[in-house]
Amino acid sequence: MKFERYGLGIAKGLALTLKHLFRAPLTVQYPDEKLNISRRTRGNELVWFPDRCTGCGTCTKACLQGNIILVTHRGEPNKFIVDKFEVDTGRCIFCGLCVESCPYDALAMGVDYECADYRRGDLVLSKEMLSVSEKHKPSSYYRPQFAEALPKQSLLLYNREDGGQKLKLLPLSKRKRGSGA
Amino acid sequence: MTLLDQFQLFLKGLGWPEWAWYAVPAIVGILVIIVFVLTIVIVFIWWERRLISRFQIRLGPNRCGPEGIFQPIATAVKILLKEDIVPDKADKLIHFLAPIIVFMPILLIFAVIPISQGAVLVDLNVGIVYVIAISSISVIGIFMAAWGSANKYSYISGMRSIAQMVSYELPVVLSLVGVALVAGSFSTVKIVEAQGIPFILMMPLGFMIFFLGSLAEMNRSPFDLLEADSEIVAGYHIEYSGMKFAMFYLGEYGVALAYAGIITTLFLSGWQGPLLPPVIWFIVKVMLVFSVIVWIRSTVPRFRVDQLMSFAWKCMLPLAVINLIIIAIEVLAIPAALQWVMIIVNFAAAGLLVLLWSRLFTLGGGRVEV
Repeated sequence: MKFERYGLGIAKGLALTLKHLFRAPLTVQYPDEKLNISRRTRGNELVWFPDRCTGCGTCTKACLQGNIILVTHRGEPNKFIVDKFEVDTGRCIFCGLCVESCPYDALAMGVDYECADYRRGDLVLSKEMLSVSEKHKPSSYYRPQFAEALPKQSLLLYNREDGGQKLKLLPLSKRKRGSGA
Repeated sequence: MTLLDQFQLFLKGLGWPEWAWYAVPAIVGILVIIVFVLTIVIVFIWWERRLISRFQIRLGPNRCGPEGIFQPIATAVKILLKEDIVPDKADKLIHFLAPIIVFMPILLIFAVIPISQGAVLVDLNVGIVYVIAISSISVIGIFMAAWGSANKYSYISGMRSIAQMVSYELPVVLSLVGVALVAGSFSTVKIVEAQGIPFILMMPLGFMIFFLGSLAEMNRSPFDLLEADSEIVAGYHIEYSGMKFAMFYLGEYGVALAYAGIITTLFLSGWQGPLLPPVIWFIVKVMLVFSVIVWIRSTVPRFRVDQLMSFAWKCMLPLAVINLIIIAIEVLAIPAALQWVMIIVNFAAAGLLVLLWSRLFTLGGGRVEV
């Protein structure tokens, strides 16, 4: 005998929603709380490694948009010196082809994703802005060697240790709600 | 003796002219009711949005003021500042009148709901009948809105609304007759005073029928067919904006408040309760009823039209009739001192009837296994 027909199904549903009432909300209040995004993200801005770059120009050829400007001059024996390496992120479609094509692993995608600006001109990134630094980290897209340095992605629904929130009861203090990254 | 009567006597004692004995208490009472309704409605809007988001493991509005308490005010300001658009082919007069006709009866209902001891605008001896009569008027408003908008969606919504209201009025009224039988009066004040034991315990089946019926009457989920946004966009208020839409919005929550008040008055022993003052008890009970409504909204999916009609006519109406017969027999047979017998018998009867009807009553053929 099944009791679904006697209103027990509705009672089950009501019990489930009631249980939800005492769970911590899954909402991430974005500007205040940020989750760690995937380590393989094709984030905003390329990350350029000046020491590894030979100025071969493979990335400029791979770019679908013709978006990368590379100017070099001949320097020491058998070496190009890069004068200008410019990317217009306003036109970039983040396909990652330049990163994949680079024979010397001198390019990587970035992990940043908040790059809105007020002027189109500000979106054009120069050599210095693209160079790798503490603030300007490479993502591990097509570059698995960078994966270790990045924080693990925080998953919402499972992986409780890494800030996921499955079946966590509502914490009383407001600050603790939605403990993202 | 209501508070208004005392106010009247006070004015007589002051030596005010005769017309003022009636006019001043009436105007003060109406203002108090309007302020009470609008305040609670604003709290209701906030409370529903917060609570339903908690049921869905979200946070809900929490930016505007502490815990988002000012969000309804921001919404109201936004709605009021919007342009008032009237469709080209609309029936202008009907389109204009509809929101008022939807909203006015809801305010009128509050005239007979006792908020505290003696705090009732008028103690009608036919209080329940008045409530039923008045609350049915807003259907006309909804149909006027649907017709006046000259929109197919809103017209479908209007037809659904009428079918729904007419169907669910019957079981609601029949379950109210049971209340009147036990209390021995139609007056809402007398009904509250008769509830030493809340009537929810005395007639659980009647309460269930009335609660579900009033969900349908106030067009709440799972009976919100007439504004089913996945099917007919927004139903009857699809062509409304600005102030007129605000009237509908207000009416939607006002009717929820009104029915929560009626349920509190008729089944949850109204303002009665220990320790706390009566007004607080009334508001607590109203919020409790409204929270249950929100809980149901967050859980149960919407009915289909045929399910809606068969639920009303095949399930609720027979149960309401049987409930009425049982209660009538009990009122005749069981003396007032033995009310606990009534509680036991009624709970057994309610369980048995619901079980029996769920056997008999399957939706759209239903599943075969039992």
